[in-house]
Formats: sequence, structure tokens, C-alpha cells
Amino acid sequence: MSDAAAFEPRIVAFFCNWCTYTAADLTGVSRMAYEPNVRVIRVMCSGRIDPEFILAALREGADGVLIGGCHPGDCHYIEGNYKMLRRYRLLLKYLRAMGVDERRVRLEWIAASEGDKVQRVVNELTWTIRELGPLALPVMPQPEGAGASEESALAEANA
Amino acid sequence: MSKPKAGFNWFASCGGCEEAVVDLHEAILDVVAAVDIVFWPCAMDFKKDDVRAMRDGEMDVCFINGAIRTSEEEEIAHLLRRKTKIVIAFGSCSHMGGIPGLGNLFTRDEILEHDFTQSFSVVNPEKTYPQEVTKVPEGEVELPRFLDYVRSLNQVIDVDYYLPGCPPPVALLRNAVQAVLSGELPPRGTVLAPDKALCQECPRLDSKPDDLAITEFKRPQEIIIDEEKCLLAQGLLCLGPATRSGCGAPCVNGNMPCTGCLGPTSRVKDYGLSTMTVFASLFESKDEKEIDELVDKIVDPVGSFNRYSLPSTFLHRKANV
Amino acid sequence: MSRTIHIDPITRLEGHGKIDIFLNDAGDVDRAYFQVPELRGFEKFAEGRACEDMPQITSRICGVCPMAHHMAAAKALDDLYKVDPPAPAKKLRELIYNIFTVEDHALHFYFLGGPDFVVGPGAPKAERNILGVIGKVGLEVGKQVIAARKELRELINRMCGKVIHPVFGLPGGVSKPMKKEEQQLFIDAADRAVEFGKFSLKVFDDIVLANSQYVDWIVSDTYTHKTYYMGLVDENNKVNFYDGKLRVVKPDGSEYVKFNPGDYLDHVAEHVEPWSYIKFCYLKNVGWKGFEDGEQSGVYSVAPLARLNASTGMATPLAQEAYEKMFATLGGKPVHHTLANHWARLVELLYAAERMKELANDPEIADPNVRAIPKNKPAEGVGVVEAPRGTLFHHYKTDDRGVMTHANLIVATQNNAARIALSVDKAAKGLIKKGEVNDALLNMVEMAFRAYDPCHGCATHALPGQMPLVVRLHDSGMNVVSEVKRN
Ligand code: SF4
Ligand code: SF4
Ligand code: SF4
Ligand code: FES
Repeated sequence: MSDAAAFEPRIVAFFCNWCTYTAADLTGVSRMAYEPNVRVIRVMCSGRIDPEFILAALREGADGVLIGGCHPGDCHYIEGNYKMLRRYRLLLKYLRAMGVDERRVRLEWIAASEGDKVQRVVNELTWTIRELGPLALPVMPQPEGAGASEESALAEANA
Repeated sequence: MSKPKAGFNWFASCGGCEEAVVDLHEAILDVVAAVDIVFWPCAMDFKKDDVRAMRDGEMDVCFINGAIRTSEEEEIAHLLRRKTKIVIAFGSCSHMGGIPGLGNLFTRDEILEHDFTQSFSVVNPEKTYPQEVTKVPEGEVELPRFLDYVRSLNQVIDVDYYLPGCPPPVALLRNAVQAVLSGELPPRGTVLAPDKALCQECPRLDSKPDDLAITEFKRPQEIIIDEEKCLLAQGLLCLGPATRSGCGAPCVNGNMPCTGCLGPTSRVKDYGLSTMTVFASLFESKDEKEIDELVDKIVDPVGSFNRYSLPSTFLHRKANV
Repeated sequence: MSRTIHIDPITRLEGHGKIDIFLNDAGDVDRAYFQVPELRGFEKFAEGRACEDMPQITSRICGVCPMAHHMAAAKALDDLYKVDPPAPAKKLRELIYNIFTVEDHALHFYFLGGPDFVVGPGAPKAERNILGVIGKVGLEVGKQVIAARKELRELINRMCGKVIHPVFGLPGGVSKPMKKEEQQLFIDAADRAVEFGKFSLKVFDDIVLANSQYVDWIVSDTYTHKTYYMGLVDENNKVNFYDGKLRVVKPDGSEYVKFNPGDYLDHVAEHVEPWSYIKFCYLKNVGWKGFEDGEQSGVYSVAPLARLNASTGMATPLAQEAYEKMFATLGGKPVHHTLANHWARLVELLYAAERMKELANDPEIADPNVRAIPKNKPAEGVGVVEAPRGTLFHHYKTDDRGVMTHANLIVATQNNAARIALSVDKAAKGLIKKGEVNDALLNMVEMAFRAYDPCHGCATHALPGQMPLVVRLHDSGMNVVSEVKRN
């Protein structure tokens, strides 16, 4: 167990600017402590998150991904969060088939006021992944320059 | 001016890409007349040393089909790269890993075990496996080792151009040869096929609703397929909206859905993921249960969305192998 | 000093088939090993796939005979769902399959294996290809061959979407019917195909049979093995490529067994050797007795000659005539001479063309009723066809949603693998004496296995039908002491 104890998950979070990102701010302001394993990327809407971003994050070394969007009915772009939901459900099936534990990729609806939910979800995900261990995707030798496309996918997500 | 020097080579492949060259029919004689074929393993005796002896960049163009499965193939790919000015990955196997790339869902050992001990008709109580070196009474016999994974050509060497398709459509092949001969080549890295979705050139495009909403998937054996109507509108998983055009939609003309052998258009990094995104956004439901029922109908997402492209996805291989 | 001869017929850069020959101290052959160093794992990665994708996935095993895998898979799916395709669908499948057989047999005879004969085994290597064939039979004829193949392949494209990797077969039928206005195209093409078949046999007559030296080659002991033969037959024991029962005859030509393809596991088994990735099939109830011919050994053979041996004739008149002539000339049934495969192939080409004609003219062929929707839950199914290169088995198991859980594929070349190994060993022993290796010998060893048209070899990939061969002699320290190269 000592190895597992030493493992600190790396989690990439894609948070919607209008709700979850604000909630995460609130958590900070309210001094609600949560696990420090999450790196947050702000997006304008969960509907903007392409499954390519999620897989690129995993490929680049993340052990888990958290997606936060507005509650159903609250999306500023009307249906963005439903789009995300549909992609997410299909993506989970794909991940299972590809041998990635689906608990590593989590979608939550978190409103701007729900700082406590950010705290709870981040903690839970961190603990789950701590238990699951590192993702450690099998590597294939790649020529120089391969992987550039994945970086740019992340850069795109950041933009 | 001397004729351009051309080469052909194949790695883990089915031979269909060669047949596609033969399907140029009479036109193949023009090709043979226009280039100087300096290297074609099935046509000439050819040894690694002969290639080594070439000057770097001596070959003007080399068409390479097949995925990379063995270390020997990898080595030769590097060698050919050094000796060739323009390397063209020819066919899905070389372009994205192809159908042999589905082997990345299993380990090498799983494949060996299945073939040599678990298959229904095999009788092998001693559990004999093929060996890289076998001592036989008369001496030693060797077999090459195949690697744990399958890779596309650009995962092994730099590739200049891609001719997509399983096998590449003859019209695209003809265009590519002309482009090479005239020297009017697009920027390096280009896939030599139109950069728009297959639906745009599909004869059934008119019957594809603009606001298509998917409420149900059908498997081809479950329905009598209408010969005129857009297949996606009939509930079939037709990958036309996410696949590059250039083939003329022969599969649709055969009254079956496109399975995506030409791969994605230029802005897409991971064909399977982008295809899933396209489809998911057509789902009508907002209800998680209903969405899951729809998803459940896609019994094999990897084989449906990455049939020709698994090694070139972000994951490359099944994660827990 | 023992030595090794290593023949790599494909070029060492690709490696889909090689032969290692060991010499004893006297320089005679101890043993020749025919190896297949290739494995792609289709059976394993079929697992988890949707069963209806198998006709398209398995066709990628071979781009030269994709239609054989496609049809065997479609038939396995019928059996898996226990669904019986409507008669027009079966006829369409058989029509397409016979068109494919005409076209593929023509490819082999004119482009690949045939040049050995048409141009002559002793001809300069540079001529042993399609261009050499054209030189011998005339440019007009050469053009006719290319045009015939083109026409047939375009007909397949029309019905199946793509000729290389078709999208035609589904459980319970085919993806689309033939249109009434298309039927005439098929009828006309069939007439031309029958003429082409007759013509090809005449080429064989004029060039091969008229030359007594060639006939001596065919019947020489070096190319002779007395084994069992297997082939698909109809209810009258006539050759059929698409459907029927499997009939096996003994080396003396009498019927050994006839069985339903679904019972193949009772009759066929595969043996593993550590020095090849290909498995060696044998008759289970005779048993694996090593690489031996004769009635006591389970080694059997498939492909054109085996099919003719395993049947009592051809179901169409012209082919039946050709069948009788072949056996009369070669001393009655069964014929054990491997090189007679070339002749048998042309008899079959004519049959396929005649069958194509019958089916193209069938009033039901353009009937729109080409699909039966499966009603049963899928479970397990076997599909068998005669690929141009021999019997092809597809056997699938699925869960009740039709997701593959197990696939077993036995391809033609596996059925033939033991006999190919025998042929190569015998040819080497008969032709290599006192360590002497020359160019003619390489030809002959090559011809021994090219006659089978092994599906994994360069023989099926090569355009001009010419394989480079290198033989290297090694001394016991594995140093190359001499090298003979054919180019
Ligand atoms: S791309 Fe398709 S046709 Fe070409 S070698 Fe691969 S499987 Fe065969
Ligand atoms: S979805 Fe398929 S059938 Fe429909 S228009 Fe696109 S390619 Fe054609
Ligand atoms: S329709 Fe689709 S699967 Fe068929 S050839 Fe075109 S791209 Fe490939
Ligand atoms: S704006 Fe928050 S999910 Fe769309």
C-alpha cells in the first residue's frame, strides 16, 4: 500500500465559466479546503468540451478528468450541457471498451452557488483515483514530433 | 530530363492495395512508362543492402502500404525514409493503422494463445507455440518476432503525403501519380483527397434531413434497407458525416453504410472521437436513461468508430493490456 | 559439414513465406522446412466486434480473394441467426461468387502461376510474367485477358459496392437486389466469360499439352503426393463453390467421408509446429502422423485439383467435357500431380463461367426479394465456401446480442499447408544432390508451391508473377559459402 499512498493523482478539470468555474472561485473565497490535485481549465460552456480534449488530457498524463457544467435548463447557450451529456454517455462506453475505468472521467452539474459541491466532487474524484492508481496508458514508441497534435488540442481547449 | 525514380513497398497488409494498383487496368502501362521503378519487392530481387547502397534521397517517391507490426518492418521503414524524397502512406493500414490495427485491443500473448491453444479446431495438448528460434534435428529455424502493437506509418517515420482508403480509390491514386509527375504537390502532410465530408458527394444527400435527430439506431440486419434514402436517416450508423470524401460513396451505392475507411478531414486529430461527437450531437433525447439506451445499441464503439484507425487515436491501444 | 540453404521467396524485406533446407554431410537434403512467418491475429480481434461486421472485417485477411472471406462470413451469419435467405439472394450470392472465381482463376493463370507453363519453365526469367504470356499468345489476346478481368470486376463493383472489400453479404441475404435493366449486362458478360473459359483451355492445350516435356513435368514423381482430397459438392457430388457438403476422398479415390460443413470439427483438426505461424490441418479421424502422405496419414489437400478429385464431375456440360479429358489424359482419378492444379483451375474457370451464365439468365435473379430479417437470437454459426485456393471455414460464436465471443477461421492455405510442406521437401530432395544448387532448381522448388497458389505468399501479391529467389548455402558456422540468386 505504500506505493498507492505515495501516488498523487493528476486531475484536469474543465469548468464552465458561468457556473462551475464561479463555484470553484467561491470555494476558494469561502476557504473551503479541497484536494489540491485538480488543474482547472475554464471553458465558456460544457458544450464546448470536445471528447478530444478529455482524451488528450489523459494521454498527456492526467489520471482523471472532471467536467463541470450548468444544471439542466440553466446553460447560457441553451443546450450546451445536453450536448456534453450525450457525448459523455457515449464516451464512457468507448472508454470501457478501451480498458479505461470510467470512474476516471466524471461529469457533474454544479451551479455558481454550489461551492460545497465543488469541494465534495473534487475530493471524491481524487480519492477514487487515488484508489484506482495511476492511469499509466501503455506506450508505443513514437517518432520525433508525434504528440504535437495532442498538445494543440489542449492548447485549443485553453484558448 | 530523366524519369522520376519510384518505389513501392508493403508491410502488414492484405494485398488489396496492390490489387487497387492493378485496377488501374490499362492505365498502369502509362504509369510504368512515366516512372523508373527502382524498387518493387515482388517484382524484383531486392535486399536491404541494395537500399543501403542507394544515395540518401535517391528515390523520388515511395508508396508504402500496410501497418507496422514487426521490428524488421520498422527498420526498413527508416531505411526507406532516408533514401526517399517523398514518402506516401498508401491505404488505411499505412495511413491510420487500418484493420490490422484492431489487434491493439489485445496483447501479443493473447493472440498467440488464442490461435495456438484455444481455437476450436486446434489439437495442441503440449501447448507448442511458434518460437523465434527452433532447434530441429538438422539445425535451427528462425521466425521473426512481431511486436506487441500495431502502428501507422507516421508513428514510425515522417510521412509526406497520405493516400487514404481501404483500398485507396483508383481515381485518387491516379490524381496522386499525376501530382507527383507534374511536381504540383500540395503542402507536406496533406491527405491527397478532397477536404470535405463524404455526405457532400453522396448520391443520397438530398434525402438527408437538415435537422436530423437520431432517436434510434438500427443494425443493418434488422431492417430492409431503402435503396434511395440517406442511410443515417434510416437509423443506420453511416459515418459519412465524419468521413473524408473522394471515394464516390461506393459502400452507400452498395446500399450499406460508410464505415469510414478514408478517415477524417484535416482539422480532426482523433477520427473516432470526432465521429462520436458528430453522432452524439444528433441524439435527440435529453434524458440520461434514453441516451444510454441509444448508446447501448452501438454494441461495438471501437469497431464502429475506429475500425481503420485505432493505432492513430489518442489512446493507440487498449489501456489495460 | 552440414549446411543450410535458406530460400526466401518473397524478399527478406517482407517475409510472408520462406524455406529452410538442411543438407547432410554428403550435400543431400536432410529436410526442407516451409515456413509462414506471418500472423495478424484476425481470429482474436474478431472478439468484441458486431457479428454483422465480420463479412467486411474478414475480407481484409486477403485483398486478392476478399470475396471468399466475405461470402463465408455471410453464410456463417445465416447459420448464426438460423435464417434462410430467400432464393433470389442465394442465387445472387452464387452468381457474384462465380464471377469472382472466373476473374481470380484468370488472374492466377495469366498473371501469377500460369506463366511458368505458358512461357515455359525453362524460359528466361524476365519473360515469365504477363508480358511474356502476351509475347507468346499475342497482344490481342493479352488485351482480351485484361478486358475480361476489367468487365467482371466492374460487375462486382456494381452489385457489391467495392470489388476489393465488398459490402454485399448480410445475415439472411444481400444488401441490394439486381435491377431488371442490369440483368442484360450480366447475361452478356457471362457469354463472353464462357468464351474466355473455352479459349483459356485452348491456350493450355496448344501450349502445355502439345509439349510432351511439359506433360512429363506434370506427372513427374517430384511433384506427386498421394493424399486425401477435400472439396464442396452439390447433391449429385458435382463441384460447387458456394454451397453443399464437404466430400473427402481417399488417396485411392474412393469416398472417405461426406459431411455437413457445420460438423467440420468432427473431421478437421489443426496441428502446431514451433517453426511456423501457420497451423497444419489434418483429418481428425485418421490422425496427425507427421509430414507424410498415404492413406495412414491425415494430410489432405484442397484447391482446384483436390476439388476435382473429391467430386464426381462438373455440373455444366462444357466443364464436364474438360473434366473428363483431364482425367483421361493424366491416367484416371484421382490425379496426385500437384502441377495438374493449373489444368484443374481452367476446368473450374469454365465451370464458373457456365454457372454464371445459368444464374444470369435465371428469371429469379433480378427479383427484389433478397432479404430475410433474422428472427432468432444469434448463437453459433459455420459458413463454408470454396475459395479459389481451397476450402474456407468461418465459425463464429456470439452472445445473444450478436457480439462476437469466438471466431475460428481455417483458410485454404492452412488446409494445404502440410501438403505444401511435403511438396517442398520432396522437390528439394529430388532436385538438390551433392550440395549442388542451381537456378533451374530454384524454379522447380518455387513451382512446387506456386501450383497451390498459396494465399499468403507473394504469388498472390505479385504483379508480374515473378518471385525473386535467393538460396544461400551456409556452412556449419553459419557463414555464407555461396549464394545463388535469381533475378
Ligand atoms: S488499406 Fe485495406 S486494402 Fe490496403 S492493405 Fe490495408 S486492409 Fe488491405
Ligand atoms: S449519412 Fe451516409 S447515406 Fe446519408 S448522405 Fe451521408 S454518406 Fe450519404
Ligand atoms: S463509403 Fe466510406 S467506407 Fe466506403 S469507401 Fe468511402 S470512405 Fe470508405
Ligand atoms: S453555459 Fe454552463 S454548461 Fe453551457
